Amino acid sequence: MNEIAVEVQNLKKSYEKEEAVKGVSFSVSKGELFGLIGPDGAGKTSILRIITTLLFPTEGKITVLDSDVVKDYKKIRTNIGYMPQRFSLYQDLSVEENLTFFARIFGTTIEENYDLIKDIYSHIEPFKDRLAGKLSGGMKQKLALSCALIHSPDILILDEPTTGVDAVSRKEFWEMLIRLKEKGITILVSTPYMDEANLCDRVALIQNGDIMSIDTPEKIIGDFGQKLWAVKSNNIYQLINDLRRLDFIDTVFPFGEFLHVTSNTEDLNITELKSILNEKNHLGIKIQQVEANIEDCFMQLMTK
Amino acid sequence: MRKIKYILQKEFIQIFRNKTMLPMIFGIPILQLVVLVHAATLEMKSIDMYVVDKDLSSLSHKLITKFDFSPFYNFSGVSFSIDEANEAIEKNQADFIIHIPYGFERDLIRENSTKVQLLIDGINGMAASLIYAYSSTVISDFNRNIIVDLTQMPAIKDLNPIAVETSYWYNPELNYKTYMLPGILVILVTIISMFLAAMNIVREKEIGTIEQLNVTPIGKIEFIVGKLVPFLIIALLELAFGLVVGKIFFHIPIIGSLWLLFGFTIVYLLVVLGIGLFISTISSTQQQVMFICFFFMLVFILMSGIFTPTESMPTWAQKVNIINPFYYFMRVIRMILLKGSGFWDISHEFFSLLIYATIMLSLSVWRYRKVA
Repeated sequence: MNEIAVEVQNLKKSYEKEEAVKGVSFSVSKGELFGLIGPDGAGKTSILRIITTLLFPTEGKITVLDSDVVKDYKKIRTNIGYMPQRFSLYQDLSVEENLTFFARIFGTTIEENYDLIKDIYSHIEPFKDRLAGKLSGGMKQKLALSCALIHSPDILILDEPTTGVDAVSRKEFWEMLIRLKEKGITILVSTPYMDEANLCDRVALIQNGDIMSIDTPEKIIGDFGQKLWAVKSNNIYQLINDLRRLDFIDTVFPFGEFLHVTSNTEDLNITELKSILNEKNHLGIKIQQVEANIEDCFMQLMTK
Repeated sequence: MRKIKYILQKEFIQIFRNKTMLPMIFGIPILQLVVLVHAATLEMKSIDMYVVDKDLSSLSHKLITKFDFSPFYNFSGVSFSIDEANEAIEKNQADFIIHIPYGFERDLIRENSTKVQLLIDGINGMAASLIYAYSSTVISDFNRNIIVDLTQMPAIKDLNPIAVETSYWYNPELNYKTYMLPGILVILVTIISMFLAAMNIVREKEIGTIEQLNVTPIGKIEFIVGKLVPFLIIALLELAFGLVVGKIFFHIPIIGSLWLLFGFTIVYLLVVLGIGLFISTISSTQQQVMFICFFFMLVFILMSGIFTPTESMPTWAQKVNIINPFYYFMRVIRMILLKGSGFWDISHEFFSLLIYATIMLSLSVWRYRKVA
């Protein structure tokens, strides 16, 4: 279980003067589901494109299954399946034609690896004569995943597979990934959705080309180290401003309909806070203690 | 090698599935051949003639009647005043004035020599020289003793009246279509192959499919061969198709060997596809490809010798033509079709293009990278 599938050491990537990736290091073990979590522009795609040998690193040593991404790129390409962020199959070919084409190019056939993709492909098989361009978003996603898997790769690399996909399809997609992981495929996935982090074995939180933290989701949440309160009133905007002015309040971030608030005192006196807010004419105040999630951790790490 | 087969298969499915592709490949060429061969002609018809006859003799009347019977001339007006005639030219109502001076008939009888003046609208130099040539032929046919006094507006230069007996080889009737059709075929075949090849690869870039292809184990050479062969085949079909249209509708002569022509075309297409491929490696959108292709095409076509003989171009332009693929093919297709030239007659062009193809293809293979 501790064999290394992907090893990234001090990876840097610059585009002209812009430094997109500022020296990141991490390793993905075989059979692991590893998530790169971060907002748009954090450098996730650059890292994934370097690992898939589509981009040269400016600096650093990156190996995939002990092959160097610059020198042995040919060997790596036969061993990885890559699903780019943008749907990049032939829109003017049918579902089946796309799959057949990619299978043949990898020197295999659909039948040979049907077992691996059956789970996914069966959803779109009824539409196999339909042009890929005419599929719905979720079906395109499944076709892209099937094509990335058709040559039975050891490592599957997915760049924001669930961006722009509806909530149901997202859930379904992650279930598929977890089943693939159970089949022994190493999966490296990037996503801007913090809630998806919990489904990964380990995650790296990325911001501005830097990794802030790498660990299991549970461990990252465990490291939050502060108590967290969810606060709500009828005037959320006013509430943010009022809370931020209080000197015993540490951080305030909007989270859905609530504000997630931390305090720099050991314990926050809920009744006291309520009365302070009452004085400031807030109505419908609700305060309750909540468990921190990955997003809270991300926010906390960002402000550090 | 088997991967090339799969890429070819994929390309052909895509080409035949594209609804605009087939009409573009086979419909538009017919249209262009028919329209261009008829339109791009140097024959002058319906020349508007303005007559200023100050002699009003039977001889002058006969001369004018001779013009009148010619299918090339239209009467646009008659007057006694040169000023009025000039006005007609300025208003674009006449292309030239035939001015028969007073004493035209008398001089011919008495002195065995007389004069006629032609005033030609010189705005279009090509047209002016054609009008002059036609009209002086008409006049000298009428009577060898009439000296045509040419005044071109604006004046260009004197022409020495030397009687020349001419016979034209390989195209005895100087049939313009016989000459133009092969030239237009060259342009068609080139446009189809260069544009389609360049656009195809950039399209893969634009819609992102190149990403997915790049992570596959397809080799550079396999990819490029797979991309070029379909358009090579299509361009050859296009040429065959054009020749059939030319033979049936325009009766162009096909004197030389078709094998030689197609063999040469393959080498030529390697150059053109190499250029197309190179353009696609340096551009990232179809729009860029369009503009770059268009720019080169325009320059190359105008310099290729389709309308004007390359020998009459300035020396530097002839030097530039060394890199103009149209120039070679334009010469060779006419040589093979009209003259029946054999391999050794075109060997210079053949080997030049072979070197050119090698350079262009290596350049684009080198430029094309699977890693950005």
